[in-house]
Amino acid sequence: MNGLSKVVPDGADTLAILQDIDVEVMPGEAVAVVGTSGSGKTTLLGLLAGLDTPTAGSVALDGHDVYSLDEDGRAALRSKLLGFVFQSFHLLPALNATENVMLPLELAGDRDAAAHAVAMLERVGLGKRLRHYPKTLSGGEQQRVALARAFVIRPKLLLADEPTGNLDAATGAAIIDLIFELNAERGTTLILVTHDEMLARRCGRLIRLSGGRIENA
Amino acid sequence: MLELNMLSLRMLLRDWRAGELRILAIALVVAVASVTSVGFFADRVRQSLTREAHQLLGADLVMVADHPWSEAVRDEIARRGLRLAQSVGFISMARARDQAQLVAIKAVSDGYPLRGKLRIAPGLNLPDEETDLVPPRGSVWVDERLALALALAVGDVLELGDIKLGVGAILTLEPDRGASFFNIAPRLLMHVDDVAATGLVQTGSRVWYHLLAAGQREQVEALEQWAVSGLGRGESLQSLSNARPEIRASLERAHKFIGLTALLAVVLAAVAISLATRRYIQRHLDGYAVMRCTGASQRQLCGLFAGEFGALGALAGVAGCIAGYIAQFAIAWLVAELVAVPLPQPSLLPALQGFLIGLALLLGFALPPLLRLKNVPALRVIRRDLGPPRESALAAYGAGLATIAALLVWQAGEAKLGFIVLGGFGAAFVLFGCIAFGALHALGGAAGAAGLTWRYGLANLRRRAHTNTVQILSLALGLTAILLLTFTRGDLLATWKAKIPADAPNRFIVNIQPEQRTLLFEFFRDHGLALPETYPMVRGRWVAHNGAPVDVDQYVERERRLVEREFNLSYMDAVPAHNRMIAGRGFTPQDLARGALSVEEGIARSLGWKLGDRLSWQVAGQTFSAPIVNIRKLDWDSMRVNFFVIATPRLLESAATSYITSFHLPQSEAQFANRLSQRFPNLTVVDMSVILRQAQNVMEQVIRAVQLVFLFAVGAGILVLYSALLATQDERVQEAAVMRALGASRSQVLAAQRAEFIALGLIAGLLAAAGATAIGFVIASQVFQFAYHVNHWVWAAGPLLGVMCVAVNMVAGARAALSQPPILALREV
Repeated sequence: MNGLSKVVPDGADTLAILQDIDVEVMPGEAVAVVGTSGSGKTTLLGLLAGLDTPTAGSVALDGHDVYSLDEDGRAALRSKLLGFVFQSFHLLPALNATENVMLPLELAGDRDAAAHAVAMLERVGLGKRLRHYPKTLSGGEQQRVALARAFVIRPKLLLADEPTGNLDAATGAAIIDLIFELNAERGTTLILVTHDEMLARRCGRLIRLSGGRIENA
Repeated sequence: MLELNMLSLRMLLRDWRAGELRILAIALVVAVASVTSVGFFADRVRQSLTREAHQLLGADLVMVADHPWSEAVRDEIARRGLRLAQSVGFISMARARDQAQLVAIKAVSDGYPLRGKLRIAPGLNLPDEETDLVPPRGSVWVDERLALALALAVGDVLELGDIKLGVGAILTLEPDRGASFFNIAPRLLMHVDDVAATGLVQTGSRVWYHLLAAGQREQVEALEQWAVSGLGRGESLQSLSNARPEIRASLERAHKFIGLTALLAVVLAAVAISLATRRYIQRHLDGYAVMRCTGASQRQLCGLFAGEFGALGALAGVAGCIAGYIAQFAIAWLVAELVAVPLPQPSLLPALQGFLIGLALLLGFALPPLLRLKNVPALRVIRRDLGPPRESALAAYGAGLATIAALLVWQAGEAKLGFIVLGGFGAAFVLFGCIAFGALHALGGAAGAAGLTWRYGLANLRRRAHTNTVQILSLALGLTAILLLTFTRGDLLATWKAKIPADAPNRFIVNIQPEQRTLLFEFFRDHGLALPETYPMVRGRWVAHNGAPVDVDQYVERERRLVEREFNLSYMDAVPAHNRMIAGRGFTPQDLARGALSVEEGIARSLGWKLGDRLSWQVAGQTFSAPIVNIRKLDWDSMRVNFFVIATPRLLESAATSYITSFHLPQSEAQFANRLSQRFPNLTVVDMSVILRQAQNVMEQVIRAVQLVFLFAVGAGILVLYSALLATQDERVQEAAVMRALGASRSQVLAAQRAEFIALGLIAGLLAAAGATAIGFVIASQVFQFAYHVNHWVWAAGPLLGVMCVAVNMVAGARAALSQPPILALREV
């Protein structure tokens, strides 16, 4: 990220959500972004993933200048490079566990989507829950399905937005363990947004945001 | 591309399994079934008319006239080497065993019919067989109705006019009578050479003369060309291409109106589809954003949804066509008596039309909002507050509304009627919508005074005013249709019957010859009956209007038929007392001297006659003309003898005249009619009550068919209710969970929802009652022209039906709200 800023209109005035962010993350690194509510963590994640557009600055992912691409170009880049894990899981309620994991593969035209999805679900410990729908799974299980969905496309970068925010402490810890395991196994780069200091400390590097600026990196 | 299509199908299966698409699919099926059921049925009747054209004509070409054909015409047909037969048709009385019965007589020559075969049986309920013969002279063949009415068996003797004829067989099939929508009287078939001896064809008798021709195609075509050029007034041709135009016209009209009825279901289904699509979109916003996040392009996702919904539309269209095909059997069964012909299998055209309507609904009402999904920012995965940008309802549903408008115009077959119906729908929607919206706000506002559960339930009415308005609107429209066909129809009939005085004439006598009048009066006097008033009747053809010759081609349908045939003219010194003059003046001595006309208001309007216009008439080869000096309004329900045109006596009294009268025959004197027929064999006594019963029977059957089609509309209305309930279900579930978390009991939660639903049902029911009453009022005053007496029960039935319909929703809604522990509901939503 180079000189990344996001300013939004706020009535007659403007509000700077992010200002002048310069960060470089190396392959295989695990970085935690922490800060209080409203510090700009989620906006930073959105810009990093090419989901939002910055007011100024640029983002390069694996050598690609994200914002020189159009919306569909950024989507194509995400399909190759990025995996997502969200606080509220975002599983599709009409699809069962396997189908949820298959979806990104199917969209990319993978003919062995089902086999890959089943293998990934077995890897996250849900081999016996393959045909369960989200509403019949516990919160921890849903997040495991979401993890399987994120890792099944073998992303180079995993973006996790408060992945334990909706889980109790024990389940949350188990999910974090699993993220780090998969991360190590596959050499994925991890950027984790959280307000949980304990969790943040498990990452190799910590970026603290305050008022839209990096307090320490 | 193939992969995307396969993925679309997989997504369709997954969404279907998860129950996301059921309402949408059912709404489509109902809409398509509604339209195709009517389409299939009409197609079968139409095909039967075309395929059986030879049979329906009994020939390749039929020449019809209201006067005998000249020898020259017969000679020409024979000269051209075509086979020739003739038939003469008229209505008269047949008598046997002191009973008299109105019969439709067809007298035929040898060789009739030239195409198709007659079938006869040696007795009632015995096997029949084809025959190449016609009844020999001195013999008649009677159909089952006549045999039953006069208790006739083969071998019995029957009196017809001045002669006695033996019953030779029971007539079971007469090809050219096959598809008659309204058979006024049972059939009697006799030999044409016996007609003169009966003495029934006299001055004033309405008789149809048919010449039937058959031969090689070229010969027939040549004859047709020759005949067309020489056709005079009162003469027409029926060929294979225009066989039975009256049946075709009735069919097309019936198809048009029942088809429009079917579109009510389509309109309501469209509402259900748009509501169901809205819910689908709400529930798929996150999924869409996730897919965008994981790298799907906008184009890919548009293709995915278009493919999924396209496949859904195709499958639902096929299912709808199958349902429509099954439903048309029910329609055919309900109107079986009216369409007494074997119906062939329908063509695929109605299926194609239904299928296209299904796709049009989907394209118009589901696809535009669906494609807005592409505007959902992927950022929604981390910012839940982001959705697709709001658009005006017109932008979203403009295509859909245009589709509905096009469908209505297409079904109506003409722009004017289409737009009238569209305007009617539109006005009803807006009016009902405004009233419902206002009522919801008023009730919501009054909620403060109610108890806790009612307060909460009624407040919800106002909070969800838009969805609730749609629910009320749809339910009210469906219920209006039901109330209209139950209460309003019954009321209209009852009002009409009550309007006919108990002593109104119930028998007409026609064909009274001038010299018979005195004898007839004596006969009445001898039987202790009041002397009836007889009116002279002269046949005349309208030939010129203000000096300009009448151009038949200028008129269509009913007007054309009126102009083509001869009018029954009457003459008298003064306009009858039971006629009301609405313009002009009564006949003056000057009028009586110079000649003047009095015309009926309705026909004057139809044919463009105005006060002071000069009309020319041809009576028995002589032409006279006279001005219109007054216009009369008739009370047709009085059952008295009425005439469209009355002339001053001098104009007509020298012409060949017969007389007509009507009288009231008490139930106890039924034998009088039989004795009258015996004493005066040439008179035709028409029992109006039988004809009214038949007319009512026809109406009943058509109404039953319409009711069946309305069932689709009610089904679609309930779907709208249910889809509207689903649209707010997530919200209701969450509210119920919050209420329970705050300590509300299950019964309190249920009571609050019950209050809301009952209010919805009541408002919809009241609106429907108001709608049905208003339509009844309009029909009574505009169509039947009598004061409508409102049935107060409709005000109880409407709301009751409304609450019954929403009861289904109440159960479904309550089950959803209370089926899981509050914590789960709170977590899920």
